Amino acid sequence: MANAFSVKRLPGFGAIAILTFVMLYLPIVILVVYSFNAGASQSNWEGFSLRWYQTALSNSQVQEVSIRSLWLAVTASGIATVLATLAALGTTRVSRFPGQTMIYALINQPLMVPEIVTGIALLIFVAFLKVNTGYSGMGYMVAAHTAFCIPFAYLPIQARLQTMDSTLETAAADLYASPVQAFRYVTLPLLVPGIIAGFMLGFVISLDTVVITEFVKSAGQETLPTYMLGQLRRVVTPEMNAIATLFLALSVVIVTAFFLITRKRG
Amino acid sequence: MERERHGWKWLLSAPALVVLIAAASGPLLIVAVYSLLSPGEMGGVSWVFSTEAWMRVFMSRDIFEPEIISWNSAHFTVFWRTIWLSMQTTLICAVLGFPTAWFIATRPPASRTLWLFLITIPFWTNLLIRTFAIQELIRNSGTINSILMWTGLIERPIQLLYTDFAVLLGMSYVFLPLMILPLYAAMDKLDFRLVEAGYDLYASRMQVLRHVIIPMVKPGFIAGSILVFIPSIGAYVTPRILGGGRTMMMGNLIGLQFGQGQNWPLGAALSVLLLVIVVGALIFYLRVVNREEGPRHG
Repeated sequence: MANAFSVKRLPGFGAIAILTFVMLYLPIVILVVYSFNAGASQSNWEGFSLRWYQTALSNSQVQEVSIRSLWLAVTASGIATVLATLAALGTTRVSRFPGQTMIYALINQPLMVPEIVTGIALLIFVAFLKVNTGYSGMGYMVAAHTAFCIPFAYLPIQARLQTMDSTLETAAADLYASPVQAFRYVTLPLLVPGIIAGFMLGFVISLDTVVITEFVKSAGQETLPTYMLGQLRRVVTPEMNAIATLFLALSVVIVTAFFLITRKRG
Repeated sequence: MERERHGWKWLLSAPALVVLIAAASGPLLIVAVYSLLSPGEMGGVSWVFSTEAWMRVFMSRDIFEPEIISWNSAHFTVFWRTIWLSMQTTLICAVLGFPTAWFIATRPPASRTLWLFLITIPFWTNLLIRTFAIQELIRNSGTINSILMWTGLIERPIQLLYTDFAVLLGMSYVFLPLMILPLYAAMDKLDFRLVEAGYDLYASRMQVLRHVIIPMVKPGFIAGSILVFIPSIGAYVTPRILGGGRTMMMGNLIGLQFGQGQNWPLGAALSVLLLVIVVGALIFYLRVVNREEGPRHG
């Protein structure tokens, strides 16, 4: 079999592919390995140690920005998921209506505009609002992250809704369920995997967002990514590797869960 | 029932649209307005109409004799670097992405999921962390220089960080999954009987690749290229970390106007220009896609 002529084989492609996979993972692996280095170097291995994890976890600034990041991600993604669910219900499985393209364009707009442009646009707008209202709380950050999360939350929810069997809702209506009952007991339970997937995507996106946060944040509103961005300009110790590794682990867990949830759909 | 639906149902999207207009689309219009105002004393703007910012995008005034105007070569260097590095990034991603996507698409279904998952992981992990990983690799005391010095090939570290090469490497690294995923999607639907037919007609591997496979996966190629090119053009984090102050891209030039540079109208004008380039690339993409799909559907 191995020597038989296969139409799927192209010489050299396998080697390039394996090389690509190695290149994709090698930098990350090195980063993770040095987070366990006993010494302060990023290139001299001085033995295994968890000291940088201790340093990172007991660093009060790291604790503060991590909690803020998680809080922001849950809040923004939560709101975005509710709004995206409503938007998906309003735009999917309906006959074409005027303004539909406009709505799609608005929902997907954050995906197309470079983050730096959205960032400075929000900087200008927030500066204006701060002067005129005197409010400088986390509300701006929540709004900015929510808007950015909406298209990501919308995608899996809309996809789920599109593949759902509409005859089930018709059956519910035939059995004298009110529209609210049909939604509560038929549509919503069927939609749950999409909603969970949408929330998770939004959560990861909010957690990763650095450029928008960097330009919107007021004093004392540093998040984990903006804190890391600031630290990277200095000489970094493996403490940074430890923080990055923990962050990475969280992302991998969420992505794996997302992968499993969306795969079951079929 | 259908008619009743579209009467009110779209209103369900209203809350999302309000947030999007307030915190995404609306502020973009304000940027366009600000690009036509005069800079304020300490950042910000003064509400006086001026086209000075737009002129400054392309031209510069002589410091001593402001009437003398010449091309702003510093800005053009940044524009050119942005476009040139983005094109190279797209090319590198295509060259590495095509064989990789092909490799995944030709695995048995069970292991295909795993390989695909291995691409999805970096795709969803923080761009900042992946850029940091590259920084660690190429800094003067980093992995690459340490290995080269240990083997005795070089005596002192090569300056890799803060060069155009570093930015190119970083962008290719972080955007590669954006090329592989659409290419894979196109190859996954590929009818391998057509490839077989090509071989039956005595085509060589190169001929099959050129005349059968590449034309069939072209939509995936175009989608992947645009998905890599657009974030490259607008990149901010990767050039900031790996390029430093000397190898700026457009995103960094914009950011600078709101930091030390403090010329908000100029920053706004540069943002509008960047947006025009991105929209232009998108329109070009949609046109090509429509042309590709036209004959097949109609």
